[in-house]
Amino acid sequence: MNAIRLDHVSKAYPRHQYLTHGLKQTLLHLPDLVRRMRADRFLALNEVSLEVEQGEAVAIVGPNGAGKSTMLGLIAGVIRPETGTVEIRGRVAPLLELGAGFHFDLTGRENIVLNAVLMGMTRREVARRFDAIVAFSGLEAVLDEPLRTYSSGMVARLGFSVAAHLDPDILLIDEILAVGDASFQQKCLARIAELQQSGKTIVLVTHDLHAMEQWCDEAIWLNAGTIRQRGLPVTVAKAYREELLREGDMVKHKDPSDERAAPSTQPAPSSRME
Amino acid sequence: MSALSTAGSPHPSASYLGDLILVLVQKEMKVRYKNSWLGYAWSVANPLVFTAVYSVALGIFLRLQIPGYPYPLFLIAGQFPWQWLSTSVGAAPMMFINNASLIKKVRFPRNILVASGVLSDAIHFLLTIPVITLAVLWYGFRPSWIWLPGVPLLAVAQFLTVYGVALAIASVNVYFRDLERITAIFLQVLFFLTPIVYPVASIPPQYQVWIQLNPIAPLISAWQGLFLDGSLNGSVVLAAYAYGLACLAIGSILYRALSPRFAELV
Repeated sequence: MNAIRLDHVSKAYPRHQYLTHGLKQTLLHLPDLVRRMRADRFLALNEVSLEVEQGEAVAIVGPNGAGKSTMLGLIAGVIRPETGTVEIRGRVAPLLELGAGFHFDLTGRENIVLNAVLMGMTRREVARRFDAIVAFSGLEAVLDEPLRTYSSGMVARLGFSVAAHLDPDILLIDEILAVGDASFQQKCLARIAELQQSGKTIVLVTHDLHAMEQWCDEAIWLNAGTIRQRGLPVTVAKAYREELLREGDMVKHKDPSDERAAPSTQPAPSSRME
Repeated sequence: MSALSTAGSPHPSASYLGDLILVLVQKEMKVRYKNSWLGYAWSVANPLVFTAVYSVALGIFLRLQIPGYPYPLFLIAGQFPWQWLSTSVGAAPMMFINNASLIKKVRFPRNILVASGVLSDAIHFLLTIPVITLAVLWYGFRPSWIWLPGVPLLAVAQFLTVYGVALAIASVNVYFRDLERITAIFLQVLFFLTPIVYPVASIPPQYQVWIQLNPIAPLISAWQGLFLDGSLNGSVVLAAYAYGLACLAIGSILYRALSPRFAELV
């Protein structure tokens, strides 16, 4: 059964924010501006179709601006596709942002409840899992201190602990494994593996090809808004590495001492939705 | 159990929505005065200071008199409900923008952010009613039993109005950030076009009809009638509800039309 189905999904963003050039500029160049805004759109995803089976662990790799975050946003349901359809079966846990909605004047205890409810748990569910969340975080000693007294690693631990206990059907993970100290990272990976074994669907955006090969069933290589390659993680990782090496070679072959060299015509990588 | 759901159109259960509102209101209540020494006193201090200033400037210097009531008491009856409206509407432009990280990442009904903000201001207003009661007693008037049904009745009408206006402003401001400045000026203008520092009766007849177009004029008149006379004028309450529902409708329509792109623009 499909947990996630994207059917010919496209998403474009206007390059220019609405009305941010000031009144005078806007009025002087209004017809021109409208034409430009219509035409000058950045296609983040172009006719992408994708099906993810329930219980599958899928990794998404690709360079900055390839559309990875847009794809996660579409699956999380915070972004609507321009064309095409997105179908999701089950509850989605967005690990996109750990500790979404944390308030630094509230205590760790208060923030667990606030964050868990914002992520989709009812208060009853939070109460039932509260002890497990606290035990997982290992922050019992500072639970009643305000969050602003925590180190950033501690805040991240609290965030992951809540997210790890959401009991979702689908987990969306956006490069968060670089969180906390080494032993907590191991704990995070173990928890994700545990969730995977219990039949959860996992979508992971990563630059860590090694982690992808180690525990994903499938890999998707996104490039410039389209799926460049899809297959076994080992195969995709090999092709992606070769591409990275080729690009690296091209950079190396440019003579850095040649000052007359034309400036790079490569467009700056867009960082929208990241 | 795992029903097919189309991403982007969340239909959460009523009990979950209740929990979400409760948790967000609790947060607002805990956070607001967490780092201030006077705490709750600030909810009262603001309208009381304005009452004192207008009492001196208009009541004593300009010798403004309201037939039947001491001028400071008349001010208090309108100033405290106004304080709720102006706090909520003043905060409205940033209600979505300040929660950008949440809106970008988590799928939940975003209008709950506005509802919980307005609701926590409502609770702060209700907590100041003992102060209004003290003022009424101080000037030798008597609190009425009508307050018991009257306060919730008018509070609901005011919630509909304020929530509708705040939802509209919060939604539009995501697209058009200048609205934040416009809202600040709009509140100043609205304050003086609403019978708070002067009674409706003192407005010349040719302007009376214009005041009735002000959607919050009936509301403030109703609060004044309730606190000062212990009376509820049926047609005024009805007008307050009619305006409240109209504001709610406008806010909801704008929110529905504009919210799908919030995650891209906040």
